[in-house]
Amino acid sequence: MRSSTRNRKQTRKFVRALAAMAILALALTEAGASPFAARASAVQAAPGAALPLVQVAAAADLQFAMPDLVEQFRKKNIAQLQVTYGSSGNFFSQLQNGAPFDVFFSADLEYAKKLDGAGLAEPGTLCEYAVGRLVLWARADSAVDVAKDGWKTLLDPRVERVAVANPEHAPYGKAALAALHGAGIYEQVKNKLVYGENISQTAQFVQSGNAQVGLVALSLAVSPAMKDGRSWEVPAGAYPPIEQGAVVLRSAKDKVSARAFLDFVQSAAGRETLKKYGFSFPASAK
Amino acid sequence: MAPLWLSMELAVTVAALLLVIGVPVAYWLAFSGWRFKFLLEAVVALPLVLPPTVLGFYALVAMGPHGPLGKLWQAAFGHGLAFTFAGLVLASIFYSFPFAVQPLMGSFEAVDRRLLNASAVLGASPWRTFCSVILPLSLPGVVTAAVLCFAHTLGEFGAVLMVGGNLPGITRTASIAIYDRVQALEYGEANRMALVLLVISFSVLSLVYAVNRRARRSLWTPWAAK
Repeated sequence: MRSSTRNRKQTRKFVRALAAMAILALALTEAGASPFAARASAVQAAPGAALPLVQVAAAADLQFAMPDLVEQFRKKNIAQLQVTYGSSGNFFSQLQNGAPFDVFFSADLEYAKKLDGAGLAEPGTLCEYAVGRLVLWARADSAVDVAKDGWKTLLDPRVERVAVANPEHAPYGKAALAALHGAGIYEQVKNKLVYGENISQTAQFVQSGNAQVGLVALSLAVSPAMKDGRSWEVPAGAYPPIEQGAVVLRSAKDKVSARAFLDFVQSAAGRETLKKYGFSFPASAK
Repeated sequence: MAPLWLSMELAVTVAALLLVIGVPVAYWLAFSGWRFKFLLEAVVALPLVLPPTVLGFYALVAMGPHGPLGKLWQAAFGHGLAFTFAGLVLASIFYSFPFAVQPLMGSFEAVDRRLLNASAVLGASPWRTFCSVILPLSLPGVVTAAVLCFAHTLGEFGAVLMVGGNLPGITRTASIAIYDRVQALEYGEANRMALVLLVISFSVLSLVYAVNRRARRSLWTPWAAK
């Protein structure tokens, strides 16, 4: 008897807690829905509903340029695009294991080359669509002026932490370390370095003020959240070029549409857009 | 293997601190008669449903020079909280909080109220009742809480990723190191570390379930026999 009352009491308590959690969760999704949805993917609906769907996997440094490219491509009425942003390394592992993407824009040409080498890419589609640019970035309210002092900023004692992307696998991280070595200040700076898992997280470290300066992608520094900060572009010759490669996947359902989008990104209009969002281009393909 | 040691160190620290913080919170939740208590229970359970990266992101913002925690810490210790071991401990405490409070609360609530009444009637203070009646009877819950916190922190990824900065020996824990190796396509090294982590977690968990079982028997049997 007694235990059954207790059970009932506990059940009631559990249900109450659950209800409270559900209401909270609802409130949270309601509040967070629009920004999260906008970041996760750019789905296009209505006008081209009958058009084939092309699933695009894009490196995190493309998250501001890509929506613009997608919008321009939409007007051509060739296909609907659905874009997912993430780390190129993750996409690479997922694509090797059959992820359902049709086009892959990697931040690192190597991943695209490896997919091509493994026979997972549509022959002849491997291309270098852009070159990433590296900047030193600090918040507008920062005590140091990266725009004026460049590399010297990093030696300032007020700069306790310098954020870079992981140099072992993130292309901007590799470039950042190469540039620090090239500038001859790596030894002085190495104890200040903190490592972001990818370039977006690196930018978060600086933007949240936890690191005073960061070596981030110009394509992120021009974003709405960061464009008010101060930045100094690392001279292109100071690090090996951040070559970004793309492929159409062999498993793509609609290869013609997928190729059309890749061609568009490499067209004059596509390049103009990429340039606006902080990319440059390989010397060979000009 | 250094990241594994760091993870163990973090897990032990967090589990110990969470017991200290969790016991009073669980005691209050178990015995308070406040009618809106369920709201606090829900708050305690929130880290179970929130994605760790979300938790980690807000922890990062809170720890920054513009956040409340960051300001306090800066004033007290003269340096920021993110990218330090203390920062990881703090983020992990939030992240594993329900794993401490829920088992403790469950076992406190399961103590027969007649024993508590008897203890009070015999003149014991609430503190004494807690120490000599509730706590001994709740030992399995305490052990479960400690172990769950330990194991959960050992496997923690998202929150550590967000506030850690991947510094070898300071914030590069086992799960981060494994992720790193996978990202660098060094699957062999990742597999080795994952295996060690798996073996440690499995051993700890089975040890606890074994001890817990014996503790329950040795605690309950003599008491029931008398």
